[in-house]
Amino acid sequence: MRLSLFLCLILFPTLLFAQDNSGQINGDFNLNMQFYQDDKSIEADAPDEIALNNSYLNIIYTKGNFTLGVRYESYLNALLGYSREYQGNDIIHRYATFNKDKLEVTAGNFYEQFGKGLTLRSYEDKGLGKDNSIDGIRIKYEPMDGLYIKSLIGKSRTFFTYSEGIIRGADAEIHLNTLLNWDLKTNIQLGGNIVSRYQKKSDLVGDLDYEFPENVSVYSSRINLHHGNWEYYTEYAYKMNDPEGAGSYNYAPGNAIISNLTYSKRGFSVSLEGHRSDHFEFRSVRDKGSIFGENIINYLPTLGKQHTYSLLALHPPATQIESEFGYQVDVFYKIKKGSSLGGKYGTNIDLHYSKVMGLETGPDGVRNYSYLDDRNEYTPSFMGDPDNLYYSDLNISIERKINKKLKINTIALSLQSYNKEVFEGSSGVIHSTIGVLDMTYKINRANAIRYEIQGLLAKEEDFLDDTYLEGDWSMGLIEYTINKETDWFFAIQDMYNWGNPDIKKQLHYFSIDIGCTKGVNRFALGYGKKRKGIFCVGGVCRDIDASNGFSLSISSNF
Amino acid sequence: MKKIIVLLLSVFLLVTYSYSQNRKLPNISLRNLDGKNINIQNIENDGNPIVICFWATWCKPCIKELNNIADVYEDWQEETGVKIIAVSIDNSRASHKVKPRVNTNGWDYEVLLDVNSELKRAMGVGDPPYTFLLNGKKEIVYVHNGYTEGDEDELYEKIKKLK
Repeated sequence: MRLSLFLCLILFPTLLFAQDNSGQINGDFNLNMQFYQDDKSIEADAPDEIALNNSYLNIIYTKGNFTLGVRYESYLNALLGYSREYQGNDIIHRYATFNKDKLEVTAGNFYEQFGKGLTLRSYEDKGLGKDNSIDGIRIKYEPMDGLYIKSLIGKSRTFFTYSEGIIRGADAEIHLNTLLNWDLKTNIQLGGNIVSRYQKKSDLVGDLDYEFPENVSVYSSRINLHHGNWEYYTEYAYKMNDPEGAGSYNYAPGNAIISNLTYSKRGFSVSLEGHRSDHFEFRSVRDKGSIFGENIINYLPTLGKQHTYSLLALHPPATQIESEFGYQVDVFYKIKKGSSLGGKYGTNIDLHYSKVMGLETGPDGVRNYSYLDDRNEYTPSFMGDPDNLYYSDLNISIERKINKKLKINTIALSLQSYNKEVFEGSSGVIHSTIGVLDMTYKINRANAIRYEIQGLLAKEEDFLDDTYLEGDWSMGLIEYTINKETDWFFAIQDMYNWGNPDIKKQLHYFSIDIGCTKGVNRFALGYGKKRKGIFCVGGVCRDIDASNGFSLSISSNF
Repeated sequence: MKKIIVLLLSVFLLVTYSYSQNRKLPNISLRNLDGKNINIQNIENDGNPIVICFWATWCKPCIKELNNIADVYEDWQEETGVKIIAVSIDNSRASHKVKPRVNTNGWDYEVLLDVNSELKRAMGVGDPPYTFLLNGKKEIVYVHNGYTEGDEDELYEKIKKLK
């Protein structure tokens, strides 16, 4: 009773007297449910629950300079492919923020990234089951124009718990031109940060003869220049000795560097990027493993194009932050409208090349990152080792509108090499040649049909175990969309592993998807067998995990 | 029982009250393509409508939507004075490819980079593309998720109604 009285006392005066400064509630809801079936062909058993469900509801209340947010997360139980540590219901995410005279204070859960994320990246990606928000206090302050300071302290989220390690960090960024009132053509920005983890000694698992540092720091500095059509960015990061991971006694410091240069004007752009990383993983707890990427709080952006077509994305790379050297080049070109080559509407051509490899291997033939303990000391040379290729991709992608009705969304050709041993822990290298054609035909104002044809020819080398061979693939998709007050889509797709050397594994991954969107409410129903990857049907793109059976998804925004 | 009724009533009042006004934009600063910090609450269009499109370089339907709007954007601007703000949700893996994509395609939109999804979260944005229409007072009057061929015509009808 006291609570209700209290609420009434607060609410009514607020309603009566605060008309001009009213509050606001907004948020979003998302549900993903999957009904599983046994599938002998892919050796998949349905879970005991048969149906699994991941959902969340965000509610954000804002009033003037004050924000209060909560997220209710429900995993009953978590979908296959997500960690089983996600189990049950909880308002695990909650925070309050206020903003006054350029000072912003957050208490509770928040996400933060310093620079490109080399030293700290706290983020969420619900589709991938990632959420390492920090629970603690964050302060952002702009003491003068052109100077931005952030500092934080807290514990990093791991599924439904928080890390033992305490994370402290501060970042400063200076926009020189603003700060010093320079009237230069070049816009200069400098930044630097330090992040440190404290973990009590007694919590550390390991050989007692070793002395583990309780405090481990990483720091980085960065420069960002904008000059007319040019942009340049470089960040260098360093990590103090951090014998991390279960049973590791490697006391070597780590380091990483990332650099990119972009030239960009109307109709033509080039982008170059390179990075090198040596023993640079940074965890929220020293001695815990990382199966789903949990406990890791830094990030080195992955090289390689982010593909959205299933076969182009069949073998996706991921950064090997302990030992990696790589670069990529992107060229974007638009052939002018009305030219004989460009056609009436112009033609877009994107070229991409990326090459990622490991660092030079050490004298014992195994380690390819810096190593230092009582017996060994090793530092790899700066350049990568071309004999230790992780991933490469050479691809061309063309987009062209033929006329008002017909459009080539993509014609793409790609040559990829993918080191299965590095990314999946098995063996072998897959060299694939992939072709994609994606076209839309607009029947009339309301109806359109889109189809995709994709093929992948594989050459597989150095496989120790032939059961991992997959061979060639093809894929086809037809999607019909209706654009009315309610938007509808119907899609049928089939991925076919026709080239699998094992005839029993020449499988069809066939699926049907139906959905509608009315304003902000979106409903989608699917049936069939799907492979893990990014899935773009019905006008949105989402990351999905492998599944067989019915799926239901609902999303809304308010 | 009484307690529950009072509690429900309070929540109802709070929600109704909050809803009697249109949604406004959150207080969040993002980087633009020249590296300047822009607070989304400070975007201006002289009392004309504003459209905020959430997109990513890897999202084909998003690119399609922005390309299709680009074809008619000049007409839209002449007739309604509408301004489009394209918020990229690319993370640090591809945020440096946003400017090349925008310039190469010749999009005349104001572009902001939401590298760690701050604005995306504050506005409850799910899978891209996501489109918000704001009236002259910068209040959200229409939200749409996804892109199907022809959605831009529907959006334009809504923009015209604001004039």
